[in-house]
Amino acid sequence: MIFFLKHLISCEKVNIKKFDQGAIMKLNKILKNAFLIVFASIALSACATQKKTTGQMQGDVYTGTDTVEYLASGVPDRVFFATNESVLTTASRETLRKQAAWLRKNSSITIVLEGHADERGTREYNLALGERRANAAKDYLMTYGISSDRISVLSYGKERPVDSGSNPLAWSKNRRSVTVKAN
Amino acid sequence: MIRKFYLILFFIIPFNTWALIEVDITRGNLNPLPIAVSPLSIDEESRKKFENILKKENIGSEISSVVEKNLKTSGLFNPLNKDAFLQAPDIANLKPRFEDWSLIKAQALITGKVNLVDEKLRVEFRLWDVLAGKEMMALAFTTVPTNWRRVGHIITDKVYERLTGEKGYFDTRIIYVAEEGPKTRRIKRLAIMDQDGANNKFLTLGNELVLTPRFNPTNQMVTYLSYFRNLPRVYLLDIETGMQEVVGDFPGMTFAPRFSPDGKKIIMSFAKDGNSDIYTMDLENRIVEKITNHPSIDTSPSYSPDGQYICFNSDRSGYQQIYIMKSDGTNVKRISFGKGLYGTPVWSPRGDLIAFTKLHKGKFYIGVMRTDGSGERLLTENFYQEAPSWSPNGRVLIFYRETKTDDKGKGFSAKLWSIDLTGYNERLVSTDTDASDPSWSSLLSN
Repeated sequence: MIFFLKHLISCEKVNIKKFDQGAIMKLNKILKNAFLIVFASIALSACATQKKTTGQMQGDVYTGTDTVEYLASGVPDRVFFATNESVLTTASRETLRKQAAWLRKNSSITIVLEGHADERGTREYNLALGERRANAAKDYLMTYGISSDRISVLSYGKERPVDSGSNPLAWSKNRRSVTVKAN
Repeated sequence: MIRKFYLILFFIIPFNTWALIEVDITRGNLNPLPIAVSPLSIDEESRKKFENILKKENIGSEISSVVEKNLKTSGLFNPLNKDAFLQAPDIANLKPRFEDWSLIKAQALITGKVNLVDEKLRVEFRLWDVLAGKEMMALAFTTVPTNWRRVGHIITDKVYERLTGEKGYFDTRIIYVAEEGPKTRRIKRLAIMDQDGANNKFLTLGNELVLTPRFNPTNQMVTYLSYFRNLPRVYLLDIETGMQEVVGDFPGMTFAPRFSPDGKKIIMSFAKDGNSDIYTMDLENRIVEKITNHPSIDTSPSYSPDGQYICFNSDRSGYQQIYIMKSDGTNVKRISFGKGLYGTPVWSPRGDLIAFTKLHKGKFYIGVMRTDGSGERLLTENFYQEAPSWSPNGRVLIFYRETKTDDKGKGFSAKLWSIDLTGYNERLVSTDTDASDPSWSSLLSN
């Protein structure tokens, strides 16, 4: 967690420099100390709100489409999670609503929700975390009218990464719940 | 004399080193005891017969090599080079010329003799205190010839115990997960080997994912997690017969199994509806008990050696931490309060320490703490390592370590490592394939 926060701070600093170059230059001329305080507070507030996207990640949740497959046209098969988290993001909820709509139309289909974690955790805890993530997706599908009879849950923990890299982007792709057709 | 030396070695040096250990890994810093392991003497007739049976040219030398390697690996002994030995093995075993052995700075000497008696292997050995000029121990074993490596391990255990005052851990086995193939589609098989890597054997074929095998401390049963038919469940396996069965009838994933110290129960996690709790199943009457009842993740349970307490991993505080409770689930108390996340607590067979994995600032550590959480010591730092398992004497930890891949996702490996409780003597435990999730057996013979 701390590791990722650190990473974020360094990313945000880069962004600010790029966008606020002019302002920073002026401040710098007026008072060096004041600049430092302002700079620090901007960096901190940017981190606290965490709304900027950095490449294919928002915060440390993957937002790209590299690994995503489709259950049907316009229905992505997976949702992504922040480190150690099982909370569904706005984008994840949108994906799951599309899945629910598709499942309502195709009422004979049953699914397995496969929950995964990244490699930066102990094996046993990650098995539990994968199960928790898949269940977060399951609960959401159920609130959109999909019967629990049609959904089974399978946690792989960190056993089946899609990206074998050892970097924050690879890890973000691996923290996921994938909806797989079971029949 | 030697006895005295060892009292100093064990009680003074560890305290000195504690202050240094934190993160720094210094190897071979102890002052290992110089010991001469004379090849076991063998008469020509026995030698030829054993060569026929075992395809080993000189079984006496082979057995003494096993002893020598064990002693060296322990980090507490420094076996001396055989080229410097002045006395022939057969004569040394009758009565060593102590001046010759002290000349090459040996403080202890092991000698012995091998015979073939009624198609059985008979080995006698003696341990000598070179400085005092006295015999410290003399024992003989008789067994089937194919057990010759075990004889070497048992000799090491006896010598280790006599010289250190602690039980040995050499006549033991390691069960682990053998890994092959790309990181995204790893093939995993259960495998078992002697503590020194010999006699490796695969127990499953790799058709399904298997994880976290653990020995029953009282016999040769194993519990582990298998994805047989894509249903992750805890299984019980008899490694002698190959018979196995699912543990309990749970409507969902069971995982993180371990035996109770008396071997009569399995404790594990059961996950349902996004919540993992800890359960036990009695292997005799099949009664299942729910031990924790909390909406957080509760996993990685491990009993204290007296069976009265359980340590486990929970994120009820928000993040992974270590807790202990009474074995009925009452009196839950958090014990890890350092910086970072804590996982995989394992209670020492001595009862006084809990080994764990720690994640802090992007690094993984193997460490130990007292059972109240005080006295935390980190033994080793790395990119990724976890899952410590204790040697049966509570002296050494074995764990697995994974390497960081490069930008293209290449360069991944998983290997077993061992480290002394003091943080010294960190060693790669070599395996034919990649390996993870090691579990140390108890002593096979006592």
